Amino acid sequence: MPEPGDPAVSPGSGDGSVVVDLRGIRKEFPGAVACDGANLTVRAGTIHALLGENGAGKTSLVNVLGGVYLPDAGEIWVHGEQRQFHSPADAIAAGIGMVHQEFRLVPSLTVFENVVLGSAPRYLDMGQIVERVAHLAATYSLQTDPSRPVWQLSVGERQRVEILKALWRDADVMVLDEPTAVLTPAEAADLGLTLRSMADRGRSVIYISHKLDEVLAVCDEATVLRNGVTVAQPRSLAGIDRSDLAEMMVGEAAAQIQRPTDQPSGDIVLDLEGISAMSDRGLPALHSVDIDIRAGEIVGVAGVSGNGQRELAEAIAGLRPTTAGAMRLAGTDVTGTSPRARSRAGLAYVPEDRLGVGLAPTMSVVDNAVVRSYRSMRRRMMLDLRRCEDFCRRLIERFGVQVGRVHDSVGVLSGGNLQRLLLGRELTGEPKVLLAAQPTRGLDVVGIAAIQEQIVAQRAAGVGVLLISEDLDELLALSDRLVVMYEGRIAARLDPRTTTRAEVGAAMAGGGGT
Amino acid sequence: MSEAAVVGLLVATVQFATLVYLAGLGELIAERSGVLNLGVEGMMAMGAVSGFMMALATGRPWIGFAFAALVGMAVAGVHALVSVVMGAGQVVSGLAITIGGLGFAAFIGQDAVRERADAVFTDLGIAGLADIRWVGPILFNQPPVVYLAGLLGAAAWFVLNRTRLGLALRAVGESASTTDSVGHSVTLLRSGAVLVGGAFAGAAGAFLSLYMAAGWTEGLIAGRGWIAVALVIFGAWRPGRLAAGSLLFGFTLALQPRVQTFDLNIFGLEVNTISPALLGILPFLLTVVVLIAISFRARHRPSPAPAALTLPYRREER
Repeated sequence: MPEPGDPAVSPGSGDGSVVVDLRGIRKEFPGAVACDGANLTVRAGTIHALLGENGAGKTSLVNVLGGVYLPDAGEIWVHGEQRQFHSPADAIAAGIGMVHQEFRLVPSLTVFENVVLGSAPRYLDMGQIVERVAHLAATYSLQTDPSRPVWQLSVGERQRVEILKALWRDADVMVLDEPTAVLTPAEAADLGLTLRSMADRGRSVIYISHKLDEVLAVCDEATVLRNGVTVAQPRSLAGIDRSDLAEMMVGEAAAQIQRPTDQPSGDIVLDLEGISAMSDRGLPALHSVDIDIRAGEIVGVAGVSGNGQRELAEAIAGLRPTTAGAMRLAGTDVTGTSPRARSRAGLAYVPEDRLGVGLAPTMSVVDNAVVRSYRSMRRRMMLDLRRCEDFCRRLIERFGVQVGRVHDSVGVLSGGNLQRLLLGRELTGEPKVLLAAQPTRGLDVVGIAAIQEQIVAQRAAGVGVLLISEDLDELLALSDRLVVMYEGRIAARLDPRTTTRAEVGAAMAGGGGT
Repeated sequence: MSEAAVVGLLVATVQFATLVYLAGLGELIAERSGVLNLGVEGMMAMGAVSGFMMALATGRPWIGFAFAALVGMAVAGVHALVSVVMGAGQVVSGLAITIGGLGFAAFIGQDAVRERADAVFTDLGIAGLADIRWVGPILFNQPPVVYLAGLLGAAAWFVLNRTRLGLALRAVGESASTTDSVGHSVTLLRSGAVLVGGAFAGAAGAFLSLYMAAGWTEGLIAGRGWIAVALVIFGAWRPGRLAAGSLLFGFTLALQPRVQTFDLNIFGLEVNTISPALLGILPFLLTVVVLIAISFRARHRPSPAPAALTLPYRREER
């Protein structure tokens, strides 16, 4: 055990002493309990996996460790000393380095400026600092050019800068939140080597992921969270395989809403033929995607995030130009038309970014509710505000949105209520096709159930639904058919009635399928 | 056109450039920290009148000049309090300071209007160099504030680009939350930058009343504060380009009162038929051109404008 308050890390000090000990952490948010008595014990010189399904409380737990959230209950022990972190700066001072999913970098500054920001020497001797940063990078095989501005870097390089930032501050505990979600396989392999070299030098790594193969390949120990509670803490991963881990994570399958078993037989309402599109960076992101959906059918789209799902949704909504292919919506050719034309042809769109693309955060509930159909609420040249309010109140009632006053800005609503409002708005006017991207992500149990019920209800009403989700259970329970995307292509077409999680998982990893 | 007229034009160019450079440098420092200060015009007026009166009272222009910087800083303190500490709108606060500052300066300067200035800056006349034909009067026979402005520009560049403080300042203008997360105080950095900017604006005002006009009248600033704000955009938020831009803007300002006396024909255009009023809008026209150029370039790389400019920062609720 190191002396309390002694953050020094000596090479090869992987003596198994406890570096971080989180005990009984509870963290509650309005409408959801993220952690409810979670424990995490991390030893020096190890890579420790933090596992759990979406919403199990992994990110909240490490944010407590990183000083981002103040826990409602529980104790934080670092190096045998109980600590209270009131800000990220406190955690940094205690040797905790965080690499969040959203990077905290200043794009217009160079790599080394970002690395030293906050703990730079008083005068910046360029040559010397660049050299020190380059040396640090080389020590942990983090390839980067310290003098380049960050805006020029790829996502993988930016992540390396974040890691460098933490190393510069001499963090002896490095927390990485789903680090490989944004990386190419080669970059992910490099990251594994970097983390191992950090552990070999006595530092500890907390590695959040739900890619089980990767965890087995990279990590030494693990902690498994389920619904905010620690359910397993294997001290060694030797002899454990992925199905063991999966079982710890999932436990008994939670009761889930199921679509009815009847066979959809309606006309084809959405027909994509060979759709291709570019990513934001101008690289091909969708390669000749074919999907057709019948009335009264739910087609699920599975895939690891970043494999073209967002581009697919935007291409269908008309927000992203297609470079090839054709699209028919309820019998009308809508290839190359505007989002409004598609909306009029019968498309309802629930975007992934619900507060930003879906709703305007600073506008009121009423304004957001009518923004799709205000044209029918005119009185001569003007909006009929009374009709707008009536419309909004009916929508709120029908979809169970909980709001204080209809003139409050939507920014104050909880995630579940935002999604109910958005879904309700999109479903008025009897759409033919519902395109829902990650509709239940980040919602609590009640919110998820409400949204899933609505989706099943739309199926019963004869709407064709394209459901893009990262929640496999949701996809398997709701979909009539399942397509799996990998690197912008449809890698597999599966029948949710007969397929297994393992088969879907293999296809998501590019392993092909039927 | 006589040699004396050309030299006179260029001498005035350097002085006008100094005026807008001082004020622009202060604005640049504030904007790099993410705070837009539209109160420059008002701060210059307050600096001009208080510096002039202090110089009258003490008989020393330097004391007046330093006092003007203090007064500019005090006025900037209001802007820092309203827009940084309390997080209110920077545009509204800045405009209020310009309007209020102009009015207040006119009020306290009522008795100073008719005063003759005897304590003003004199030209330095650097020995041996000041007598050189052309170059001498333009570069080596200027008031000390001209050289001070140059030194301040170099110092600003050094602090911004070569010190920890400058790195933190640039970072807080790009992303306050990132800077906060690494342990720098957003409020301290931004307030400090606004205060320094105010001192520069006050000093620039005093340069006007203690040398260029050598007196105080209402309306003395005559929009030069706004030119300083435009100059920062024109100079793409960099001290070096700001210096180049201030020479260009200084030239148009120096040309304005002289143009109708010039007997010169350029490609068939009689120069003395150009309206001084048209020359007056030239700096703003050039700034718009630069803005358009920036937005074209912005498709490939980030804009040179600080990304967090005008955005107040409040730490996320936890």
